[in-house]
Amino acid sequence: MSPLQVTAYTLVNALGTGVQASLRALQDRLGGLRPCDFDGAQLDTWIGRVEGMEQTPIPGQLAEFDCRNNRLAYMGLIQDGFSQRIAEAHTRYGANRIGVFIGTSTSGIQETERAYCQRDPETGTLPESYRYRYTHNLFSVAAFTRRLFGILGPAQSVSTACSSSAKVFASAHRHITAGLCDAAVVGGVDSLCLTTLCGFNSLELVSSRPCRPWDARRDGISIGEAAGFALLERANGDSPAVALLGYGESVDAFHMSSPHPEGLGAKLSIERALRSAGLCPEDIDYINLHGTATPTNDSSEDRAVVSVFGKKTPCSATKGWTGHCLGAAGIVEALFTCLAIEHGFIPGTLNTEAPDPALSAAIALGNRVSAIKRALSNSFGFGGNNCSLVFGRLD
Amino acid sequence: MEVKLNGVGLFACGLPSWQQGRAVLTGESSYQHDLSPAFDVDLLPRNERRRATKTTRLALQVAQEAMQSAQISDRAELCSVFSCSGGDTETLDMICTSLALPGQGVSPNQFHNSVHNAPAGYWAIANGSRGPSTSLSAYDSSFAAGLLDAVSLVAVMEQPVLLVAYDVPPPAALFPFRPLVAPFGAALLLCPESADGEGLVLALAISTDRYEDQLAGELEILRIGNPAARCLPMLAAIARGGQAEVVLPYFPESQLIVRLRC
Repeated sequence: MSPLQVTAYTLVNALGTGVQASLRALQDRLGGLRPCDFDGAQLDTWIGRVEGMEQTPIPGQLAEFDCRNNRLAYMGLIQDGFSQRIAEAHTRYGANRIGVFIGTSTSGIQETERAYCQRDPETGTLPESYRYRYTHNLFSVAAFTRRLFGILGPAQSVSTACSSSAKVFASAHRHITAGLCDAAVVGGVDSLCLTTLCGFNSLELVSSRPCRPWDARRDGISIGEAAGFALLERANGDSPAVALLGYGESVDAFHMSSPHPEGLGAKLSIERALRSAGLCPEDIDYINLHGTATPTNDSSEDRAVVSVFGKKTPCSATKGWTGHCLGAAGIVEALFTCLAIEHGFIPGTLNTEAPDPALSAAIALGNRVSAIKRALSNSFGFGGNNCSLVFGRLD
Repeated sequence: MEVKLNGVGLFACGLPSWQQGRAVLTGESSYQHDLSPAFDVDLLPRNERRRATKTTRLALQVAQEAMQSAQISDRAELCSVFSCSGGDTETLDMICTSLALPGQGVSPNQFHNSVHNAPAGYWAIANGSRGPSTSLSAYDSSFAAGLLDAVSLVAVMEQPVLLVAYDVPPPAALFPFRPLVAPFGAALLLCPESADGEGLVLALAISTDRYEDQLAGELEILRIGNPAARCLPMLAAIARGGQAEVVLPYFPESQLIVRLRC
């Protein structure tokens, strides 16, 4: 496929606000997880919480979008000079030719959770102040992004659980290739809410410690929240550092909440990604694993990675820094992969002490300096929905 | 960017299948909007069938019909786009109700069924399809967004893509905030234009200066009363057959032009 340059990007997560905050935390090995102190949830778990949203409602004309998820989106969109790069894209292509593709799993569901706690005791009606369309509905974060920047091109919210904000790269590429737009804002936003905290807890997929991907004693995820965005356009020789070189997607077609034990769907998405990038496994210098730290995800992903790459290609799982950001995991880890390429280092696998001897991928525990020309990022979601992205330098 | 139409599925009040509904859409039979058809889905295993929500049943029903008459040589490679503006509001209502109770429990089954891509997951399992699959929403623009996504996916993958568009009125508590008039589901099996077999050929373009096509009477109420039903003028043109140009709404400032030819 024709590469798409990653012209600009921005990130907010438990490591802080802005790309530099994430980069420093990765390089200094300072994780962002904390014991759960979220909004009445009494759960023995660690979370990746973003500070400061409670005091920063969305101002002015976009106030109808106000909710935790869109506040998090807003925090991300105003960082890192991103809005300036969007303004440049406006001038270059026109508002109608910039698309918006955002991944989210729960959007502003917290508003609905709260509304259900305020039902009229007799009629059961929800409060009139509840703004379903601009908060809970899945499209709200994409609509917010369009309105904030005055973008009028094709748009969608992708919601395929934990692969959502990796798949947006694929959607954007297809729309650009089809001539439907010339540039795209891709991203992902998911925020802490009782639905996911209690939901994953009821499925017994949550750890009571900070998550330890690939560890012999791994026992579940830590949930995080994040917002991340990138501006993609056809490579134009301006040489930003990194480009999307390829992508692959698949479905396990096996089970709704357990991955295929041999990692069959994961293997397919990885192979399709390599094929679309025109690369062989040996060309990949680093793999950012989905690495949720559940016993089954990590073993099925390990099988898939080893079957394609063997046991030498360095890989790591970075959810120990941010937690599993669910619908935003794809964009967070895509951007961590871009940072690894740009800054020439492999972030290790934070919190993990002793890798499981049953797993054989070349997992890096500590950070290491490494010239990375091309890297792969995996994101696999409930319903067996898989996406793998290849990033690399354009030379 | 042209694709061939290889199959259609349809389910709504008075339009219980594409087989029966096409006569209504061409005007040959009258539209009886108060006839509520029953689901007839055997795709799901028996124990899942009992628990399946209306949203899942609707999506699978129309998906199944669109696949019926088509000759797909390799179901494993089949791709899909599932487009639904609101997701499974029935399940989300149950989850928020139980979260509001002391103990904040969530049923594990309800939680994994609440993901927007649950119907897509069930469909993939039932068909053994491992091709790329997306589940998306663009609120009232969901049908057009789904069609654009599906057509661009056919172009890039050079494989058949099943588009499923579906929306169900939410339960009572949410209904005032999203008052859909009735359930509606439609599915289109789209193939590369060069694929074998007869079928209408479809091409898409985005415009900013056209007006969306409208229908008459109760069908128009359905079209504007459910975001998935925005496809009705296109389905009517498909039912009539032959060359046509249809304008569907996209965003407030844009439209999706669908050109059909034999």
